[in-house]
Amino acid sequence: MSTRQQALMIMLGLGALVIASFWSLDLQWTQFFSNEALRSMGRFIGEFFPPDTSPAFLAKVRSALVETLAMSALGTLLAGIVGLALALAASRQQVQDRAPARTPVRLLLNALRSVPELVWAGLLVIAAGLGPMAGTLALALHTSGVLGRLFAEAIENLPSGPAAALRTQGAGPIQVFLYATLPQVLPQIISYTLYRWENNIRAAAMLGVVGAGGLGQMLAFHMGLFHMGKTATILVAMLALVGLVDAISYGVRSRLAR
Amino acid sequence: MLVATEFRPWTMFEPQSRQVTANFLRSFFPPELSADFLRMVMREAWRTVAIATAGMTLAFLIAAPLGLVSTRVLSISALSGKMATLPFMVRQGVRWTLIVLRSIPELVWALVFVRVVGLGPTAGVLAIGLTYGGMLGKVYGDILESGDSASGEALLRNGGSRLQSFFFGFLPQNAAELTSYTVYRWECAIRSSVVLGFVGAGGLGQQLDNSMKMFMGGEVFTMLAVFVGLVALADLLSTALRRIMG
Repeated sequence: MSTRQQALMIMLGLGALVIASFWSLDLQWTQFFSNEALRSMGRFIGEFFPPDTSPAFLAKVRSALVETLAMSALGTLLAGIVGLALALAASRQQVQDRAPARTPVRLLLNALRSVPELVWAGLLVIAAGLGPMAGTLALALHTSGVLGRLFAEAIENLPSGPAAALRTQGAGPIQVFLYATLPQVLPQIISYTLYRWENNIRAAAMLGVVGAGGLGQMLAFHMGLFHMGKTATILVAMLALVGLVDAISYGVRSRLAR
Repeated sequence: MLVATEFRPWTMFEPQSRQVTANFLRSFFPPELSADFLRMVMREAWRTVAIATAGMTLAFLIAAPLGLVSTRVLSISALSGKMATLPFMVRQGVRWTLIVLRSIPELVWALVFVRVVGLGPTAGVLAIGLTYGGMLGKVYGDILESGDSASGEALLRNGGSRLQSFFFGFLPQNAAELTSYTVYRWECAIRSSVVLGFVGAGGLGQQLDNSMKMFMGGEVFTMLAVFVGLVALADLLSTALRRIMG
C-alpha cells in the first residue's frame, strides 16, 4: 500500500469511529441547549455565591489542603522507593544478565499503571477504610507502576562502561549498584519523581470524590448536601492549588531550561 | 506527613478490617463470566471508548481554531518588529482562556455537568471536550511556535494570508508532531472516561463504581481485567498509529 492509501485508510477508520461514537451514545444536546438546562445552569452557578468564608470553615479547608499535599508527597515518596525496587528487577543490567524477573515484573508494572488512581482509591477505601490513607496508598500504587517503568528504562539506557569496569575488578552486584548504577541514574530518578509529584498533587485533590480524603472528599460531601457556598470555596481552593503548582513548575522549568 | 495522612498501615491488618478485605478479595474469585454480564461489560467498554472519542472530537473542534488564533508566529504585524496591540491582546486572551479550560480538572467539569444534564454520557463528553480542548489548543500553539517557521514566514512575507501560510507552511512542517500528540491524548481520554464514570458520567467506570459499592468482587474483577485490556489495546493502537504517522 502506498503511503497515500495508508493515510486514506486511517482517516476513513477515524471518521467511522467518530461517527459510530456519536451515533451510539444517546447524547442529549437538545436538552443541554434547552432553555431549561441553561436556567438550571444559571441557578446552579448562582447558588455558588456567596462562597462560605467563615473562619471556622476556612480553617477546615486549610487542613484539607495540607492533607492533600501530605497525601501526594507521601504517596510519591513511597512510589519512588517501591518503583526503584521494581525497576531493578525489571531491567537488564548487563548483556549476560538473563534477568528472569524482567517480563513478569514489567507486566505487574503495566497493570499497576493502567488502573487509574481513582479506581485504586475506590478499591482501597474498602480495604483501608474511608480517609486519606486509602488515597495515599492509591497514589503510591499507581505511581509505582509509572515510576518503575520510567526508572527501568533509565537504568537500561545507562552507558555500561562504569558498571563493566567495576565488575571486571571483581565488585559484587550491590557495590556495582551503589557506585555505578545509582550515581548515574540519580538525576533522572529525582526529576521523574518530582514530575510525578506535581501530577499527584493534582490527582490527590480529586481522589477524595470516592472518599479517600483531602479536598476532594470535602467537595463530594458538601456537593452531595447541596451546600453550594461551601462547595464554591472548596473549588476555589482546589483551582488555586492546581494553578499554583502549574505556575511553580512552569517557573522552575523555564529557569532550568535557560 | 504521616500524621496528616492518618497513615497507619497496621490498621489494615487488624482482625476486623482484615476480615472485610479478605472477604472482598475472596469474592473476586470466581470472576463473573455469565453471558449477560459479559455482554453488558462489552457494551459499557464500547461506550467508554465512544465517550472518549466523542469528547476528543469536541476537544479538537475547540482546540483547532483557538490554537490557530493564539499562535504568535502567524501574526502579520509581528513580521515587522513588535506585534500590534489589538492582535496581541486577542492572542493573550485566547491563551488565558485555554489555560483556564485546561486547569479545571475534567472530574470537576463532570460533577458540574452531571448536575445540569443528568446522569449519562453527555456530561462525560462535555467534560473531556472542555478540558482536553484547553490542553490540545495550548499544545498546538506551542508546537507551531517551536517548530521551524522559515517556510510559513516566507509565505506570510510574500503576501500569503494567515490560513494559506498555515496550510502550506506550518501544517506540513508540524503535521507529524500534531497528530502524534492528538493520538496520545485520545489514549489518555479513554483512561479518564473510566474515571469520569465514577461520578455518574456513564461507561465502564459507572458500572465499576456500582459493583464496588455492592461488594460484588467477581464483577469488579472482570471489569478491571477488561479495562486493563482496553488500555493496553489503546496503547498498542496509538503506538502503531504514531509510528505510521511519524
